Amino acid sequence: MSGDPRELYQAVILEHNKKPRNFGKLAPCTHHAEGHNPLCGDQLQLTLNVEDGRIADIKFDGSGCAIDVASASLMTGAVKGRTVAEAEQMASEFRALVRGELDPAMPHHIGKLTLFEGVKNLPVRVKCAVLPWATLSSALKGEAQASTE
Amino acid sequence: MSTALAPLDTARIRAEFPLLATPFHERKLVYLDSAVSGQMPSPVIERMAHYERFEHTNVHRGVSTLSQEATDRFEEAREKVRAFINAPSTKEIIWTRGTTEALNLVAQSWGRTNIQAGDELLLSAMEHHANIVPWQMLAAEKGATIKVIPMNDEGELLLDGLDELITGRTKVLGLTHVSNALGTINPVKAIVAKAKARGVVTVIDGAQAVPHLPVDVRDLDCDFYAFSGHKLSGPTGIGVLYGRKELLEAMPPWHGGGNMILSVSWEKTTYMGLPGKFEAGTPPIAAAIGLGAAIDYLAALGLERIAAHDAALLAYATEQLSAIPGLRIIGTAKAKASVLSFVLDGVHSHDVGSILDHEGIVVRAGHHCAQPVMARMKVPATTRASFTYFNDAADVDALVAALLKVKEIFG
Ligand SMILES: Cc1ncc(COP(=O)(O)O)c(C=O)c1O
Repeated sequence: MSGDPRELYQAVILEHNKKPRNFGKLAPCTHHAEGHNPLCGDQLQLTLNVEDGRIADIKFDGSGCAIDVASASLMTGAVKGRTVAEAEQMASEFRALVRGELDPAMPHHIGKLTLFEGVKNLPVRVKCAVLPWATLSSALKGEAQASTE
Repeated sequence: MSTALAPLDTARIRAEFPLLATPFHERKLVYLDSAVSGQMPSPVIERMAHYERFEHTNVHRGVSTLSQEATDRFEEAREKVRAFINAPSTKEIIWTRGTTEALNLVAQSWGRTNIQAGDELLLSAMEHHANIVPWQMLAAEKGATIKVIPMNDEGELLLDGLDELITGRTKVLGLTHVSNALGTINPVKAIVAKAKARGVVTVIDGAQAVPHLPVDVRDLDCDFYAFSGHKLSGPTGIGVLYGRKELLEAMPPWHGGGNMILSVSWEKTTYMGLPGKFEAGTPPIAAAIGLGAAIDYLAALGLERIAAHDAALLAYATEQLSAIPGLRIIGTAKAKASVLSFVLDGVHSHDVGSILDHEGIVVRAGHHCAQPVMARMKVPATTRASFTYFNDAADVDALVAALLKVKEIFG
């Protein structure tokens, strides 16, 4: 690891970890999935209501590290109101970002989520940041389980 | 502080671990993760390299002098293991890949022949997955049930109810000597005596005990005792199953193949006696010799001195960490090995682990392959520092400083 952890543990991430947004469960919901990070035991449940191809509402539940929780909190805020296609595009951009394959200076659709860029210097933590997005992709595909392995 | 420790010369010892002198994230490496895997001192690495350079061949292979010499070195290592745990005979020392394989051997060979539908298997609440899952597989196959010896909030087994937990159907007790997640040293001898009195076979997981305590299987009087080379300053890929001779003799082989047979024909195959019966195929010879060298190395340091050093370091670390506001030690048994698990208020252990890593401090963060222990203690995961003979008070101080930094970042 080369990066200073402060580059990753920025105020926004710490704040979302402390006060996660969209925390809880939607009942009823149209889509749901459970995500697991078997390596560290983090788990996350996503519930969504998709109406006319748009994510009308989304909530997450579960326990995990600050990176995981902040990522889920920011993700739910970012995809709410977006179309399924837009959300999938964001998921693939986010994955590219944390693997160091997306330059935040180039055009993208993930807005302030580029603040997770620091994760790329912590390879063992990439899965924590990606777990909510992997779970979202599974939920949108109609799969009940997602895993980072 | 270090002057108060038993007289182990940690500075001299550290010189035998080149990794400890290698900068890590541009810092001094502080290795507090020996419970995950112990580092190997240079003499052990040299011994293995010497074997590979000048002695390498296969064992138990006919008339070549080279093979005979390799066999002798390999069997000498077995004798070192025997003496190390005071087993009566080298016939009772079976090489395995590690603790996990040793426990699976018992569950598969002894278990499948002796466990029937309706039987009960008794395990402690603080087992590593390695002493849970093989028994669950056996229980599912045979229709047996698993019962658990509970523990208190401190991480001590509740033994008052043991007499009731052991029933006429209880066939086996699986018990860890030292908990890898909590550090608890279990009163194995007393528990084994109770189990034995009721005809229960005892299987002890010694993976975390052998690095910290002198172990005497005759004194413990257990039926099986398993441990891994890599937690004992030896290499990965080698481990040991000690088993009482009468039991091992009555057990069927587990893996079949070369080395474990006396003769093979289409009509009838006969097996080797002990220990060969349980050692099919080519073993990890260099690793076995390396484990022998590790035992020599530890014996030269002195097992009692190591135990005293570890105990003093644990006491110091416990005192220092307890002083950090918001830090809670998980596992506060009266008898503990130098394994210190903790949680920090409001900070997940993976975040603690990542920041410590950046500070050059290697610890384990997670569930420690003991998810039922995490569930019992109502924590998702812990951060665990483990201390061994090359650690010193400065390592504890570095840990404390880094933990204060975590708190500063997380506010
Ligand atoms: C108490 C305990 N039992 C069993 C094991 C498994 O050992 P191995 O992976 O070497 O087979 C470990 C290692 O983590 C352990 O700590």
